[in-house]
Amino acid sequence: MRAQPLVAVAFAAALTLVGCSSGAPTASQSPSAATSAPAGGAGGDVGVFTWWADGSEKVGLEALEKLFKEKYPNDTFVNLAVAGGAGSNAKAKLAADLQNGNPPDSFQGHAGAELQDYIRADQIEPVNDVIDALGGASVFPKNLLDLLTVQGNIYSVPSNIHRANVVWANPDVLKKAGASAEPADIDAWLADMQKLKDAGVATPLSVGGTWTQLQLFETVLIADLGVDGYTQLFTAQGDWGSGGVKKAVAHYAKLLSYANTASDGDDWPGATDAVINGKAAYNVMGDWAVAQFTLKNKKDGVDYTYFPVPGTKGVFDFLADSFTLPKGAKNPGGAKDWLSLIGSPEGQKAFNLAKGSIPARTDVPSDDFPAYQKTAMASFKSDKIAPSIAHGAAVSQAWNSDMSTAISKFYRSKDQATLVTDLVAAAKKNAV
Amino acid sequence: MRRLRTWGPGLLLVSPSIILVGIFVYGLIGLNVQTSLAETRDRITNRITNPGGVANYLNLLGDDRYQHALWNLLVLTVVFMVGTMLFGLLWAVLLERGVTGEGAFRSIYLFPMAISFVAAGVAWRWLLSPAQGPDQAIGLNQLFLKLGMPWLQSSWWSSDSSFNMAAMAIPAIWQLSGYIMALFLAGFRGISDDQREAARVDGASEWQLYRYVLFPQVSPVALSALIILGHMSMKMFDLIYSIAGANSYTAEVPATFMWIQLFPQSNPTGAAANATVILAIVAIVVIPYLIYTNHTEKDGRA
Repeated sequence: MRAQPLVAVAFAAALTLVGCSSGAPTASQSPSAATSAPAGGAGGDVGVFTWWADGSEKVGLEALEKLFKEKYPNDTFVNLAVAGGAGSNAKAKLAADLQNGNPPDSFQGHAGAELQDYIRADQIEPVNDVIDALGGASVFPKNLLDLLTVQGNIYSVPSNIHRANVVWANPDVLKKAGASAEPADIDAWLADMQKLKDAGVATPLSVGGTWTQLQLFETVLIADLGVDGYTQLFTAQGDWGSGGVKKAVAHYAKLLSYANTASDGDDWPGATDAVINGKAAYNVMGDWAVAQFTLKNKKDGVDYTYFPVPGTKGVFDFLADSFTLPKGAKNPGGAKDWLSLIGSPEGQKAFNLAKGSIPARTDVPSDDFPAYQKTAMASFKSDKIAPSIAHGAAVSQAWNSDMSTAISKFYRSKDQATLVTDLVAAAKKNAV
Repeated sequence: MRRLRTWGPGLLLVSPSIILVGIFVYGLIGLNVQTSLAETRDRITNRITNPGGVANYLNLLGDDRYQHALWNLLVLTVVFMVGTMLFGLLWAVLLERGVTGEGAFRSIYLFPMAISFVAAGVAWRWLLSPAQGPDQAIGLNQLFLKLGMPWLQSSWWSSDSSFNMAAMAIPAIWQLSGYIMALFLAGFRGISDDQREAARVDGASEWQLYRYVLFPQVSPVALSALIILGHMSMKMFDLIYSIAGANSYTAEVPATFMWIQLFPQSNPTGAAANATVILAIVAIVVIPYLIYTNHTEKDGRA
């Protein structure tokens, strides 16, 4: 089993790649670092915790598992996926495991500020050496790495990227009402919605439960504040009571007046289906929605169109999944093998092709990806990158929860002043 | 020595459960209270997140969000208890009078209780959808539209009213009325027919028969039923979680807020304080009841 020649060659090649890309390979601080592992992996069980238990995510994870077995035959992959609740069940289970000192060897988490909760609790370790070995800033976008860095350390390896600021539209409905194919800004968009309403579309915009509303709100914030103003909101200097935020809140309130009545419990597919079956003209949803259109046999450009949320052209509102190294992991060497695979071009390609997302690395060729992903990969390379609130890139879970509460409250009361007050209070409580 | 021999073996028999209950109920309650009094700091910003001691409780009780949750709980509990008692009693009286196919009706009324709150919640989320109008309405609102009664449409628990939680009580009433019916039915069946006959001979009308002869005798059943419903309502989590979702402010009660404190907000100290308050509220209801039943049992023995 040990040291099969083919694997040894593959590993040597990987090592060379590591040596080339990072200039000086990071001297491993711990003896179990990826760079000092024996050929074929560190050995032992590698328990990987995810909430990828279903659909395209499961297929993606299986693709990774297969590749992991090929590249690290010494390691045994143990799938610790927990199903249900868009990750909320999994997060509760994970919190209990971490609290009880029984961490998995690596677990999935939204890249960015959401990991702060684990950093705060001293539950995960920096993986700077793995990121450096993978090529660091030369293969991952610089501002993505900046957003992943907390107090000088990077705590996770991103596996895939999704875009949150996408409007999915039904071109037939738009044509009937004479609405433009792609409005230039929020005001133009609102004017189009009025046209649609006049033409008999009762709810031009479809929304789902609270997190989809928070995602819509964040894209409006980006449109009204610009990337820099928006990103600054999450720093100590951020001013949530500013005129820009108030303007965005007013825009958001107007958008909701054209939207359907959703219940807090509604998930996103229902809202996207409303566009598919022509009940609504627009839905703002992350680019995982493309799977929903494909599932219903709809053709890109014919049955549905997509464009960045008006006013956010040239901005990539990103969210990413990533993998961590928990403190006290039983097999840190194996975990680093896993992280190295996640960050490698082969791993990123195999996983993202299956899941329908795009690689976090910019050096993966886009030739084999479908049409939507090609455009997203091009945008990711050239656009300014903004972190998503609703998906944990910009704010911690606690902040996200407080903002969701404010948005849930607003959806019922439509009281703009209270929303601004709540947002200011949430920032004051949670900003780092 | 002789006294030890009388109660010694009994004590030995129950001691495992005393020890287990001591550790896993009272020990953990103590640990929970201890956690709730802790002082905590944010590891990154070094800001104090919980000042420690009684201030933790004052902060929680002074929080608008918590007061909103407590109000929701009050509305839910009152509507749920009144509704369930009314329907339970009504069905019990109807069945008690000896309808044909009583067994079938009894099962039909009891069936909802066999369904878990979570499974029922998924169906009720759809039934109580807030969407209105011919294009959007689903669930009950759609039913009302099709019956030509559009004015009955409602946003249910999502409505912008302080009493929105009354709608959340509907599924709970549906689920537990059958159980209360069974309790009352057992109470009525325990009253011998002689008493009814005697009342009728004395010229009592059916209403007087129930009012002065039967109801007073099922009042202990009613009290037990109220206590059971009251503590169920105060601890209710699963139904609300599955109908309103994980982060709903509108339908928030202390139990769902505790989940939010513990997991999304990673604030175990605040969650522990909240849990202690819930325990205290339930205790206010249950302890007088226990004292009361203790007394009546003693009286019964004497």
